Amino acid sequence: MNEIIESVKNLSIGFNSQKGKQISILRNVSTNIKKGETVGIVGESGSGKSTLALAMMGYIKQGLFHLKGECLFKSEDLLKMSSRQLEKIRGRKIAMIPQNAGQALTPNLKIGYQIDEALRLHTDLKKTERDKKISELLNKVRLPSPETMAFRYPHELSGGQQQRVAVAMALAGKPDLLLLDEPTTGLDVTTQAHVLELLRFIAKDTGTSMIYVSHDLGAIAQVSDRIVVMYAGEIVLEGPARKILKEPIHPYTYGLLKSIPKLSLAGLPASMPGSQPQPGSINEGCSFYDRCNLANDNCKKNSPDLEHIKELDTNVRCFNYKELINQNNNLQTSITKKTNNSEANEVLKLKDVSISYAKQKFFDQLLNKISDQNPTVKDINIDIKKGETIALVGESGSGKSTILKSIAGLLKTKDGQIKFENDRILSSDLKMRNPNDLRAIQLIFQNPDESLNPNHTVEQILSQPLKLYFNLSGEELKKNIIDLLKKVRLGEFYMSRYPRQLSGGEKQRVAVARAFAAKPDIILCDEVTSALDVSVQAAVLNLLQQLKEDLGTTYVFVSHDLAVVRAISDRVAVLYQGRLCEIGPSQNVYKFPSHPYTEVLLGAVLEPDPDIKPKLVAEDIVEEKPPEKGCSFQGRCPRKIGDICNSEVPPWQIGENGNAIRCHINIEELASLQQ
Amino acid sequence: MENNLITEDKQKNKLEKAFEILKTMASKPSGLIGLTIVLFHVVLALTSPYIAPYDYKAISPNTMLLAPSAEHWFGTDSLGRDVFTRTILGGRTALTVTFFGSLIALLWGGLLGIFCGLVGGKIDDVVMRVVDAFLSIPWILAMLLIVSLLGTSTEVLIPALGFFYGKGIVRVARAATHDVIAKDFIVSARARGHSNMSIIWNEIIPNVRDAILVEGAMRWSWMLLGFSSLSFLGFGVSPPTPDWGLMISNARGLMSFAYWSVIAPIVGLSSLIIGINLTADAFAKALGIDRSTKAPV
Ligand SMILES: Nc1ncnc2c1ncn2[C@@H]1O[C@H](COP(=O)(O)OP(=O)(O)OP(=O)(O)O)[C@@H](O)[C@H]1O
Ligand code: SF4
Ligand code: SF4
Ligand SMILES: [Mg+2]
Repeated sequence: MNEIIESVKNLSIGFNSQKGKQISILRNVSTNIKKGETVGIVGESGSGKSTLALAMMGYIKQGLFHLKGECLFKSEDLLKMSSRQLEKIRGRKIAMIPQNAGQALTPNLKIGYQIDEALRLHTDLKKTERDKKISELLNKVRLPSPETMAFRYPHELSGGQQQRVAVAMALAGKPDLLLLDEPTTGLDVTTQAHVLELLRFIAKDTGTSMIYVSHDLGAIAQVSDRIVVMYAGEIVLEGPARKILKEPIHPYTYGLLKSIPKLSLAGLPASMPGSQPQPGSINEGCSFYDRCNLANDNCKKNSPDLEHIKELDTNVRCFNYKELINQNNNLQTSITKKTNNSEANEVLKLKDVSISYAKQKFFDQLLNKISDQNPTVKDINIDIKKGETIALVGESGSGKSTILKSIAGLLKTKDGQIKFENDRILSSDLKMRNPNDLRAIQLIFQNPDESLNPNHTVEQILSQPLKLYFNLSGEELKKNIIDLLKKVRLGEFYMSRYPRQLSGGEKQRVAVARAFAAKPDIILCDEVTSALDVSVQAAVLNLLQQLKEDLGTTYVFVSHDLAVVRAISDRVAVLYQGRLCEIGPSQNVYKFPSHPYTEVLLGAVLEPDPDIKPKLVAEDIVEEKPPEKGCSFQGRCPRKIGDICNSEVPPWQIGENGNAIRCHINIEELASLQQ
Repeated sequence: MENNLITEDKQKNKLEKAFEILKTMASKPSGLIGLTIVLFHVVLALTSPYIAPYDYKAISPNTMLLAPSAEHWFGTDSLGRDVFTRTILGGRTALTVTFFGSLIALLWGGLLGIFCGLVGGKIDDVVMRVVDAFLSIPWILAMLLIVSLLGTSTEVLIPALGFFYGKGIVRVARAATHDVIAKDFIVSARARGHSNMSIIWNEIIPNVRDAILVEGAMRWSWMLLGFSSLSFLGFGVSPPTPDWGLMISNARGLMSFAYWSVIAPIVGLSSLIIGINLTADAFAKALGIDRSTKAPV
């Protein structure tokens, strides 16, 4: 059990900058992987975790150079091997599962054929043996009906199923070491939980060592025996998973864990200031110095070494780690937020809103009507009060963004009405809205890289709404821009920067500032933190909350992340396949009785805590279309009671907690079932 | 006043940016060579009338087909004219015609491409099909027809060449626009209620400009070759105006015994084409544009 299978020693990898300077992105990394052990490598984007993982396969990305150190696989240095030697090892001894398995599979070859190819390449089995092995592998990764699965094409599988096929292919050569780079990122919450469960099972069953790379501590916590935390190209903390998650003794890890929103906490997570330094801009001293609240003068001048602490079986890179030992009981705290007063007036009402993406037929086009019996989004009724934050949650395809687009006037509704202030009907067509209504509703997008024009400076970006809505110019315009930047905690000097000169969090702040420039009544937030690093996400959430408390803005907040929603929202609406399942005050939606779909979602949340395991109650099938009639969740519902679910739309029931649930099961019965 | 300051500031930024791009282009050997060649040709075209040692049209039976010497560096041609004089003057027309021709190609190609990318759907399909059909006629035949109907004046050549070389630009502009309009910042501008004109001007053009300019620069070098071919066939510049294409055509029969009269214009023409090509490539690299799919000449 204690046999070391791969050992990284003093590894440094870097690249040459445009100015010809050598910049390292991995600095002096050393770690060991034992047989049968799963090691989680966690770090923010740019921390070098993928670079490290790839180097452990003997692969260095183009443009990067091996500066020093070695990667010993069974005491042979992978970085010194010829490509012929590496070919023999990759696939057979070390296999890799990439982030996007769908793209790694060849689209025009059947699944069975692709697995067969892997077997032919990496084993000496004969044809009949291989056929047996294929169905064995498909069974092992728990694909439904493995007999027919082999004859399907990749595009006929869902994302989670494709990921399973990738696992099956990786297992074909019976590798000793399995490398996984963000294997569940981009999958739906329930699918993610299923894939992780499968990986855990396989690790146990086959005794394969695994390296699991992810930015998501929640996922890492589910699979890892040991965790390596990376920051700015260095290992800052390494030790047994439980120790790292429960008693982190490095300030970065401590802050990171505190900045993750948790289901059990109602308030906002504490945020860390600043962001990770770019490679090349790392000065002398500790690389975490700027963001650390334990930092002192020593940290500024000297950089700490990775120190081994025997009692804790932990390596830590910090001068002052002792201050954190036994300081971790307050990991479970959050910042309480002001809740909205429920007496406020309604500012936006969605009444029986249905939205269809179906192509209009010629006659319908002439008559300007949309005839679709089974629209993507159907019968949405939500009243939104002034100053509240209402969240729309659901997995991909649940119609969250579709609803936002209609509110913004970017997508025509099929039926129903959107009413704004004093029940005035708002057209769902942008061109029919008056300028003041356009100003009143603003959007913030998921990915600031896409939502900010790369050719505009921050000043130009922020001046657009100011010029458009308020006709500002000259001195006044400039003053307003500076004010806005101040509001989102950015200095005046950001004005002349281009988006590419900003970090992810800074970019999203600019996007927030642009939305607030319009002095809007309502801001529609579409997954605004999901492209951000966790430590930055907390800061943006806190900023949004602060701005709302100061300015009384209403948010419609779309997210797939139930913990984030828990942190920021006053009220939550749960959607499945474009139909509402449950709606209510957020503290109540997170309490039972819940709609069976809410129950499934809550069960699948991955918490950064080894003691909280996800509960997998429903299959992770992906449904293409909502059912024609009956309950929208009938296809996956683990509590389905019979034909009535297939034939009749369930009624709304109001629980004593104040959440409305749409299910045929009596709400009291539901409560006792879910106990 | 304050407003002025801001614009001035931006102006300076643009200049700085241009300088930065030039610096990046010159930082690689191929870019530096390209820039040097182009600069050399431009300077030559501007100054050659003043530095030419002889009269380019002075025919002299006494000095026919002289080999290169101290008096006639590149020798003389079959009419006894100084080849050096004619070579340094020979790029002027080609350079001017193709420069303005490229501008026209950029203008119509760029605008039509952006338009097609924007509207998409049926209109886009139809327009692209028409453009394709029109331009699948071999351009040299079409040019010959135009030139024989309307003459070979620059007023005819510039728009005609501009028209034929704009097709590739339509494609590039259309593809770039397609990519851009799917981005959230366009959606964001639409949701804010900006007018279509303002979206095109502020959001789209700055993001497709670079790709279009690079394509234009590439087209320029091809147009040079095309223009010289016309001259070679006798449909470009009319004698006695010196022009490389024409010079090559006139001297090609004398290759075997008076090679000098044909080598000089060939070197002039090919160096300029290569120079523009290298420059365009370096320009593309400096702007971070991938030109892996090169269209055939
Ligand atoms: N070819 C390259 N040339 C220059 N810099 C690079 C190159 N590849 C990666 N980098 C830089 O190296 C750093 C580490 O990259 P790496 O891909 O390992 O990060 P990561 O932790 O996996 O991030 P993510 O979560 O975004 O995948 C980043 O700052 C990245 O910009
Ligand atoms: S060494 Fe100093 S700056 Fe670095 S993490 Fe420890 S306390 Fe913070
Ligand atoms: S109505 Fe039926 S299918 Fe729908 S959630 Fe309730 S039990 Fe499940
Ligand atoms: Mg990565």
